[in-house]
Amino acid sequence: MIPEDLKYTEDHEWVRIDGKKATVGITHHAQDQLGDIVFVEVPEVGRELERGDTFGVVESVKTVSDLFSPVTGTVIERNEALDESSDNFEPETINSSPYKDGWMIVVEVADESAFDDLMDHSAYAAFVENEG
Amino acid sequence: MTTTNLKTPLTEKHEALGARMTDFAGWWMPLQYKGVREEHEAVRTHGGLFDLSHMAEIVVTGEQREDFVQTMVTNDLKKLNFGQAMYSCLCNLEGRIIDDLLVYRFENEVWIVANASNRSAVVSWLEKHAEGMDVALDDRTEEIALVAVQGPAAEAILQPHVDGLDLSTVDFYTAQWGTVGGQRMLISRTGYTGEDGFELYVENAHAGVTWDLLLQGDEALVPVGLAARDTLRLESGFALYGNELSLERSPYDVTLAWITKLDKEPAPLAKPALEKAKESATTCLVGLTMEGRGVPRAGYPVHQNGTPVGFVSSGTFSPSLKKGVALAIVERSARAAGTELEIIVRGKPQAALVTKLPFVRGSVKRHS
Repeated sequence: MIPEDLKYTEDHEWVRIDGKKATVGITHHAQDQLGDIVFVEVPEVGRELERGDTFGVVESVKTVSDLFSPVTGTVIERNEALDESSDNFEPETINSSPYKDGWMIVVEVADESAFDDLMDHSAYAAFVENEG
Repeated sequence: MTTTNLKTPLTEKHEALGARMTDFAGWWMPLQYKGVREEHEAVRTHGGLFDLSHMAEIVVTGEQREDFVQTMVTNDLKKLNFGQAMYSCLCNLEGRIIDDLLVYRFENEVWIVANASNRSAVVSWLEKHAEGMDVALDDRTEEIALVAVQGPAAEAILQPHVDGLDLSTVDFYTAQWGTVGGQRMLISRTGYTGEDGFELYVENAHAGVTWDLLLQGDEALVPVGLAARDTLRLESGFALYGNELSLERSPYDVTLAWITKLDKEPAPLAKPALEKAKESATTCLVGLTMEGRGVPRAGYPVHQNGTPVGFVSSGTFSPSLKKGVALAIVERSARAAGTELEIIVRGKPQAALVTKLPFVRGSVKRHS
């Protein structure tokens, strides 16, 4: 259930690392807790993020949740399916495909040490277990 | 207070159906099964099955039961025929709302159905004022389960299981005793979804059989949890205690004058306070529809041209309208349908329009 090739945060975000690029999304556990997602606010390309910054929000039918940046870096890409003005707007993609099509942003980091604090899949699995 | 120690007789059914369970006012209740949207949609288009066994049923008997209830609640019990129900508030001596209730008048008893969260407050208020009267109160909450079928197909879904009662003779906001699956139960044409539907007051021991009969009898009937119950009632513009209604507000503060009858006989105990509350009320309950994509949530401020005029008491994304909708308590000057207001969504003002309630008009059988 929890992909082994990703890194994770305590805020239930996942990070796919490719060199200095980090693709960010929310985990299956997070989307499951939120329920039907109807709207996502993600930052513009070019925005500078500090680790722990609120970079956006996810609205589901029943609740709203902040998104916290897992790393420090610059937003270089965002998922068009989450852009309400896009013809391809489909926020429910996060429910149906949290680790793949439901990705949110790509952040470029200055230094790969930005990834050091992230949890691996087994640490995250244990974290979810303890939290629940 | 937060300990969950009460279970309905249907808990095992919910768990077997894979429901996400939650603590609700001390009861272990289904929050959702497959998902809010799907459950919501099922109720609007066909039918949904609810376990509402946490609701409190208080049966009032005794010679003075009707005069007693009449002085306790705000609506006029004596206008009801036997078998008829009414929506009402229970107010304290300051005219503030202790709870909102469904009250049934029967030939030999009066039933009061209260919110689970207010059960002890309601029971103790009633007990205190029943002293010295020929009135007996029986809190039957933990003996009576409540199963609801709601949706445009509710009558067609339920009728095949009912013996000796033609459901088309059960008018909106009335109840009749009938037999379902060989068990006698009170069949009430009431609900909290805006759709046509029935609420079945059934003894705990027979709740499971009733639930299974209904669910197995109609393939398209969907079990519905508390999360969709909330989106359904919000689209219908129904108030919820703890959100719209509270001990800080009178019925007049939240547009419930229509269930507050000060001139009935005998008068409500809270009449002097309610008269004052009527004079001094400055707010009302309105519906707001977001013009953009934002989703309003309880507590968000409401402004008019930059000036605060109130706050969101309940908000959600409406699965039917695909827009953010809210119930809000605002100054009366801002209440006219079409008034342009702003909801402050995480610090940013977002345009919202005062909208006539209900947001969604369901299949409920209204009559004057």
